[in-house]
Amino acid sequence: MAGLASPLRVCRGILKELRAMQGPSYKRSLAYSYVMDQFRKNKVTGERYCRAQQEALHASHTYLCLLASTRSHQALHNLYHAKGECSTEEAAGLVGLRLPTQPGGKGWEK
Amino acid sequence: MFRRVFQLRNSFGNVISVCKSCPSHQYSKCLSKYSTASTGNHGLYEINLDRRKLKTPGGKLFTVPNEALAIAVATEWDAQSGTLKFYTMHLTTLCNTALDNPTQRNKEQMINSALKFLETDTICRLPNDVGTVSVNHTLICIFSVLLHCRYNVTIGSSSSILGPEIPQATKETFRQHLNSYSLWSLTGLEFVISQLKSILLSLGMVDRYLTVEQAVLLSRLEEEYQISHWGNVEWAHDYDMYELRARTAAGALFIQLSSENLTVKHKIMQD
Repeated sequence: MAGLASPLRVCRGILKELRAMQGPSYKRSLAYSYVMDQFRKNKVTGERYCRAQQEALHASHTYLCLLASTRSHQALHNLYHAKGECSTEEAAGLVGLRLPTQPGGKGWEK
Repeated sequence: MFRRVFQLRNSFGNVISVCKSCPSHQYSKCLSKYSTASTGNHGLYEINLDRRKLKTPGGKLFTVPNEALAIAVATEWDAQSGTLKFYTMHLTTLCNTALDNPTQRNKEQMINSALKFLETDTICRLPNDVGTVSVNHTLICIFSVLLHCRYNVTIGSSSSILGPEIPQATKETFRQHLNSYSLWSLTGLEFVISQLKSILLSLGMVDRYLTVEQAVLLSRLEEEYQISHWGNVEWAHDYDMYELRARTAAGALFIQLSSENLTVKHKIMQD
């Protein structure tokens, strides 16, 4: 019932996510070697159709979903929710006002 | 507070010691780029950050029984840059919960709290709206048939406020099925059930009838219908959807990796 993408596509997706996460040196990471190892091991053997292929494919699809959605969530968080409070100047600028200035400085400032 | 954390780092070299009094958003990460997983005692896997072993918040040594899970947790730690964002490290959180068991719950309590979701299960409430009578409705019907074949139970549906009647035999079937999971898998399963608000969708996903995206879509069916009618708000709808997907995927992966057994049979050459 679960319409899974092909193993090649899932593998490429996972490697793309790992590269986005870790930069150009992603090939040296543990996750890269483990993922490639698993994909090679779980190819259909010559004898018969292995149930393990569907299980491994589902697991890899799940992992791809985890990596992709964590990255998207993080990106949306940084875009919309991470700025914190704006400074007084920015808050005033939102409504087109400027902060008052006193040329001689206030009495208690040097 | 931040300056104090920095001084701690300087006096201990490149190692950061995580003190409980500091709020987590002020930790600065000075870990090596690659967190490693190593085999500890009894075939369990540990995580090393900068040659120091990772520990749970309860003070125990962080050990997992599965290599894939250890590598996934190490990858999560590797993905952190700048400050540590624990809300993105779902697998680590799940492992910590399973290891520490801070609320001291046993299997019986976990199964009871999971079964409470059965009466108000998401897919047992089919709305009357024309808009949702579509592919998704068909998907739910197919899914109910599959559940019937797998667990030999009939899941009714209702569009009233009271919900369908769940016979006791159905509850017993699910209770027995949930009892077959280990404590670790139950921790993950309870997490997924509380995210999706549906025990049936969670079991369907664990049994590989549904992908994570499909399960999340069915869980948010009403919301998706409203979005298709009124429009999508990226900073709320998409944000929630990606967070739900990430948590559900982490839970599903955790369950599968906690309950799998790997055996390798070598073919023998025959002369």
